[in-house]
Parts: sequence; structure tokens; C-alpha cells
Amino acid sequence: MYGVTIMAEAMLDTILKVEDLAVHFPVGGRLFGGGHKVVHAVDGVDLELKRGECLGLVGESGCGKSTLALSILGLQAPTRGRIIIDGQPISGDAKDRMDRARMTQMVFQDPYSSLNPRQTVRTTLEAPLRLHGITTKSEIDDRIADMLRRVGLRPDVAKRYPHEFSGGQRQRIGIARALILKPQIVILDEPVSALDVSIRAQIINLLLELKETFGLSYIMISHDLGVVEHMSDRVAVMYLGRIVESGGWETIFSSPGHPYTRVLIEAIPDPFRNRQGNKITGEIPNPLNPPAGCGFNPRCPEARDLCRVPPGPDLKEVGTDHFVRCCRNNELPAWEPHAS
Amino acid sequence: MKIRANLLIGGILFATVVVAGLLAPLLAHTDPVMDANLMYAEEPPGAEFWFGTDAQGRDIYSRVLHGARISLTVGIVSQLINTIIGVCLGLSAGYWGGWWDDFVSGLTNLMLAIPSLIFALAIMAILNPGLTSLLIALGLTNWSFTCRLARASTLSLKSQGYVQAAKVLGYSDIRIMLTQLLPNMLGPIIVIGTLGMGGAVLAEASLSFLGLGIRPPYPSWGSMLSDARDQITTAPWISIFPGLAIFVTVLGLNLLGDGLRDILDPQSRTRRI
Amino acid sequence: MSAPPLLEVRDLQISLAVGNTLFHAVENVSLTIEKGETLGLVGESGCGKSITALALIGLLRPPLIITGGEIRFDGRDIRALPSREMRKLRGNRISMIFQEPMTALNPLSPVGRQIAEMFVLHRGATWNEAEKLAIEALARVRVPAPDRRVKDYPHQMSGGMRQRVMIAIALACSPDLLLADEPTTALDVTVQAEILDLIRELSSAQGTAVLMISHDLGLIANMCRRVGVMYAGHIVEERAAEDIFRSPSHPYTNGLVASLPLLGARARHGRKRLQEIEGVVPPVSAFPNGCRFNPRCHMATEICRTEEPGATMLERGGLVRCHHHG
Repeated sequence: MYGVTIMAEAMLDTILKVEDLAVHFPVGGRLFGGGHKVVHAVDGVDLELKRGECLGLVGESGCGKSTLALSILGLQAPTRGRIIIDGQPISGDAKDRMDRARMTQMVFQDPYSSLNPRQTVRTTLEAPLRLHGITTKSEIDDRIADMLRRVGLRPDVAKRYPHEFSGGQRQRIGIARALILKPQIVILDEPVSALDVSIRAQIINLLLELKETFGLSYIMISHDLGVVEHMSDRVAVMYLGRIVESGGWETIFSSPGHPYTRVLIEAIPDPFRNRQGNKITGEIPNPLNPPAGCGFNPRCPEARDLCRVPPGPDLKEVGTDHFVRCCRNNELPAWEPHAS
Repeated sequence: MKIRANLLIGGILFATVVVAGLLAPLLAHTDPVMDANLMYAEEPPGAEFWFGTDAQGRDIYSRVLHGARISLTVGIVSQLINTIIGVCLGLSAGYWGGWWDDFVSGLTNLMLAIPSLIFALAIMAILNPGLTSLLIALGLTNWSFTCRLARASTLSLKSQGYVQAAKVLGYSDIRIMLTQLLPNMLGPIIVIGTLGMGGAVLAEASLSFLGLGIRPPYPSWGSMLSDARDQITTAPWISIFPGLAIFVTVLGLNLLGDGLRDILDPQSRTRRI
Repeated sequence: MSAPPLLEVRDLQISLAVGNTLFHAVENVSLTIEKGETLGLVGESGCGKSITALALIGLLRPPLIITGGEIRFDGRDIRALPSREMRKLRGNRISMIFQEPMTALNPLSPVGRQIAEMFVLHRGATWNEAEKLAIEALARVRVPAPDRRVKDYPHQMSGGMRQRVMIAIALACSPDLLLADEPTTALDVTVQAEILDLIRELSSAQGTAVLMISHDLGLIANMCRRVGVMYAGHIVEERAAEDIFRSPSHPYTNGLVASLPLLGARARHGRKRLQEIEGVVPPVSAFPNGCRFNPRCHMATEICRTEEPGATMLERGGLVRCHHHG
């Protein structure tokens, strides 16, 4: 039984709330003690997902977006913080696994390793239903057939094995599996990156359709800003375990406030060659040894001395529903979105 | 073509031994223990006694057939025990990690350092000799390879998307291990199992030869060899046929194991061009 | 009389030998690269772009074999060159960089030595001289503290760093032609931008021609002057980079451009349903008859199913292979 929390009016619209989430991994020898280093994979993240919306989570390797997703799904125990789904705080206990499974699900990146090669499509879809108490054959058959149709596959493919399908079809099966328990939140982990370019549109369109049909809420992790801009209602940018900017998609892409967001957008090769060159230098930082002060300062084209002073800036509201974590919020020059 | 030869020959050899063992009561000419007639002691192979007779006048052909039952029982059952122990330990160690993994790995290393035959010998010395004790001794001492294999397979499969998906769908750990991991690592384990059966047959022969396995007068191939020690030069057929039986069985199992490995190796499956 | 183009490929055919059958993975591929020019080759998995590059540098191995066509490098036919001669060209006048630097670099050898090898092999330098040149090469690819990093092993470096090392090795002897096969696909976006800048700068400084291969049409259009689009072993369209996005001619290119969510599109036109290309990329063993794109093409007619389209010339040196090109 969960404790009853008193919800503010605003929270009725919120399906997922993440409060000060942190995930720290100890690194270093256990046997001989000493030299204990800690990786702050996720370092104090606050997040809100509204019902029916798609939140794009953007960032490069080591930024913590995958760890954050795993925590929300219950696959990674957080070191600190709370996760509240549909008004109820979730603990990490095993008995929670079943409840959580009905609320949050995931679509995986690699369609070639996300399906059990020894199970038919039918078994892959049937087993979770049985596990969660749906045992009448007719109901199972109906739900499986319905779900396969909705993801654009013929119901008779259920008796086939994963290796008989193409990458795009496998991804559709993965989506069917994610939705078979009728969850409310679906985490999409790079849902089209591993697919051929000419079929990405099919899957993107499908995901958007399903969101409308089932009233789903998405958290979409992607490094492809074009896909993020197309699919997201709101966007959050992560760097070194923290959210450095968040806001509506239009705001983020037309007037990004954080230098890192700007650099990310500018790094996308512009096919019409109107943008000026890339301004960032240096390597992706090692999360074992984060820089002092603002984590982005060594590579930031706008860094000044105050950026190196610990403990680094807080997330501040710079506009309606627009948050930026930067010491020089008000001093940054204006930014031109790329023309075409 | 090479692949199929292994499987075919190994399969035929092994199947022959199995059939011989199963149908021993029908195929044998005499009772292997009771029918001993000193009048016919140490007769060379001939029309009446196909493989000849031993020092007690018993028909070697019948004894070899019945010996197949014992050797196969030992081979199959003890390897089954080994596989179950190895898979349980290895799977759980790889999946859960932590102190349990450390413990199992340490235990496995220990087992690998001790020659399994010596270990089995020690156990047999404590227990009363006989079939059950033999099964226990061999079943407890040869699981290390399987354990290592199961653990390595688990570690590499653990990170596959479908395993994570199962967790997210609410599967319990045990269910994941049994339904998602185990079926996907069976190939190499079956191969090791077949090869292990050959090893068990040899181990039984060795132990029985040393007098610590199946005791005479029961017709174990190993004890038959032991009995024939004194007659090696005078009546070699008493040793040759049980020895041949061991050879054929173990060869068959080894070839079968090789053949199975070639089929079950996922890299030899059809590739998408 | 004008000098011949640096690289001239005519009607290249590469086949995959399976049992007794030959599948033509690449057919009728012709391209030219002038000195110092950057040509892009775009396509999805299985279109043949990577094996085309391997054929150019003589790294194709059975069951893949060149079964037709001509490859001329600096006027010289290199298609049937004996391996000794090809080795003199490789690394020296034609170089290649790959997608996965971790597997392309020798994990057991310090990076400095791997770069130095180039100078020893092709310039006859001594190891001492070569090591100094290696440090310079690392500095040129903007690796910080090159004199220290020259002793590092590949696993001690990040992905972006390793890619720089690979570029240093490839450009060590100032080759005339650089083949770059998906050099940034495995890298993060900001690192990708730096590596692309680096390739652009260095090739321009050394006058190196570049054949850039990628599945990312935007990247190719940005980096290259001309772009060739490959599908199922054929070049279906070849255009100047500016034209390929604004007015694609082949239905496949058109479909690709219309199906990609481009930055800024939603802000301008609102979120439109992305245009889908039906079907899947066909495997080499089952290329359709006639135009290989026909099962997925909404403009396909009877002739498309039976006859392979020839090349039609377009403005500005462009080319398209379609019976109904736009």
C-alpha cells in the first residue's frame, strides 16, 4: 500500500514527477579499500511529464539520460530522490515490479537484440499478459491480434520467430510488446537510430499515432535533434548528469538559452550550408572527474572566470516554462536559428 | 560435409550402444552373472561364444551388452546431475553477481584445481561401492566446466534488450533466468554435456578398474578389464571387447558432441546477405 | 589538353559469390573525382557504398569480387593491379578511414608507432625520424599534448581521439585520395562536428580529394560538392549538393528527403506527417527486376518492372536513373 499524498491541482495533469533524482556508482577496488571514486551518473534531476505529452531527452554519451530512464523504469535503484507516477511514489521493491510494469514500459534501441530469438512473436506478447492475470485464451488472442494490427503487422505473423523479420518489423513488434499491458508512460530509447533511414518515417509516424490513440506519454531519448524537434512537445537537455536546459520545443529550437544547447544545434550538419562553423572544442568530459563549477565550462565558447567557481549554477526560469542552468543567463548574445 | 560426418558417425555409434544396452536382455545369449561354467573358461571367440569367455566361463558378449546398461546409466545420469548443478550455480552467479558470484567462482576454481577423478575416488572410498554411490561421486565432481560456461553465457546475454524488457514487464528473476536466459544458452551446454558423458563413461571404467566402482560379478566394462589383467597375454579377447566397447562409446559421444557444436553454433546459421 | 580526373570509375560491377551463383551487389557504377574534390556517396545498408570504396582501394576479398568495369587512378588502370603494386599506393596515395576506430587501430601498438609506420613504409624514414613526424601528425589533427599521447594505446583514448589518430595515419603521407566510410557515425554529435571540420580543413590544406560515404544525407550535402545516391547497388542520382535537397529528381531521393525530419521544418510548416517510403531495402539475393526501386515506388509503371532505366543527364552535370524522373 502506498501512502496517500495530497495532490495540488496542477499535479492532476502530471503523470510523472522526478524529484532530485541522483544515481551514483562507486568505482574502484573493493578488495583493498581506498581510492573510492564515485560517478555521478545522474546528479540531482527534477523532471515533470504531463499526461499525453512527449518529452525529448537530449544529450551525448555520459550525460546520464540512459541511467535516468532506467531509474524511472525501476531497472536502476536511485541513490537519492523520488519518482512519483500518477500521484503515487514508487519504491524500488520487487513487489512493485508488477505494478510498475503496468504503468511504465520501454521501446529499445536495437531491434536485433530486443526480441528473444527463441520465442515466437505470440509467446513474446502472450507471456506478459498471462503474468499479469489475463489468462482466457480468447481474450489473449484478441489483444494480441489487435495490438499487431495497430503496429501495422498482420495478426498471422504471430507464429513467426524474430529472425524472420526485418529491422523495422522487429521494432514494430517491440512497440507492440511495450504497449500490450496498456502502460501510461513509454520510454523510447533511440527508437529509430538503428533502423534504415528510409523506414524511420514509418516508425516515427506510428509512434505519434499510437500516442494519440492510447493517450500515452513519452519520454524520448535521442541524439537526432531532427527527430526530437519533430516528435517532442517539451525538451530537456542533459550534460554530466544534470538538466542544463528545458522548455517547450519551439523555445528550445528557436531561442535556446544554454550555450551547450546552442552548440548541439549548430553541430548538426546543415544541408543547405547556411550556418557558420562549429564553435566547440575539447572532448566529452569524463564523469569520474567533472570540472569544478559549471560542468560545461571547459568547452563552453562563452565561459568566463565565474563559471569555474564551485558549486556551479542552478536551474533558473528565464521565460514561461523555460529553464536554463547558466551563470551568464542574461549576458549571452542573441542566437540565430539556421535559415534554409 | 565434414560437419555432417561427425554428427552421422557419432550418432550411429552412440545409437548402437544405446540400442545394445536397452535390448541387452533380448540380445544376450546368457545371464551375465549367473551363467558361469568353468568347463568353458577362457574359450576364444567362436560360433557359440561370439566374444569368447572369461576366466569364470561367462559369455563376454552377453556381459558386454549388459555392461552397456551400466556404462550408459552412469554416463547419462551423472552428467545430468553435473549439468543441473553447473547450470544452477553458473546462471545464478552470472545473473545476481555480487558475493554469490564471488563464492561460486571461488568454488569453481577450487573444483577445477582438484583432478575430478581423484575427488571421485575419495568420495567412493567413503561411500559403499555401488551404482548409486558412483552416480553421486561422478555427479558432484564434474560440474565446473558447465558452471563456467553457464556463467559466461549469462553475463553476455544479460545485457540483451529482451532480458531488460522482461524485467520491465514485471518478470521475476527466476522466471527471467528460466525463460529468457536458459533457452538461449542451451547450445554450448548440450555440447559440453555430450562430451561430459564420454568422460563419465571413462571415469566409471577407471574407477571400476581400480575396484572402487562397480564390484564384480556385475558386468561393468571397467571391472571386466580389471578382471582380465592376469590374462592379457593368454586370453586377450577378455580385455579387447570391453575395451572396444568403451572406445566406441566414448568416440561416438565425442563425435556427436563435435557435430552438435557445429550445428548449434549460431555463426553457422543462415546469414542475411 | 586537360589532365585526366584523379579517379575515374566506369561501369563497376562487384559480385557476391554464393555457391555457384553470382549476385551483383554493385552494378554499373560510374563516378569521377577530380583532384582536390569532395564527392559524397549516400545510401542505406546494403546499397553497396562501402564495398565500392573497398574495391577502389583494393581491399575486396572473396566472396566479393570485381567482375566488371574499370578503375583508373591518375590515368592508370588499378583494377587488376598486383597486390605488391597496390600496397605501394595504399596509405601513400590512396587512404581510407573507417567507422569503428577501435577495430581499425591495432590495440597492441602505441598510436605513435602506428602513425610512424606510414613514414617508414612509404617515405623510407628511420624510426627516429618517423616518430618525430608522428608527433607532428598528431598535432595537425589537434590532439592536445601530442608528445605525450604519442605513446598511448588506443584503449586509453576516447572515440573522438581515436578517430583523429586514424585520420593522422591516413593523411600522414599526404595522399591524393581519401576514402572515408561513415567516419563519424559512431561518434557523439559535437565530436562529429569537430571531426568533419578537421577532415574538411586538412584535405583542403593538402589538396586531398575525398570520397565521403554516409547514410546521412544532410551530412553529405553539407560536406561535399557533389553527391551520389546509391540504392541496391546502383547510383540512382548524382547531383550538386545544393540541388539534391532542394530539387531531388529520383523518387528514392525524393522519398528520403521528404521522410527526414529536418531541423526547422516544424517551426515553419507545423508538424506534418512524415512521408513514408513503403517496403524494405531488398537483400542482395533478391534484387527486383527492372528498376530495383520499383516495388517501393509510387510512380512505378510496367516499364519500371521490366527495364532498368538508363542514365539521363540533368543540369549542372547531374544524372538520374529513372523512367519517370522529376
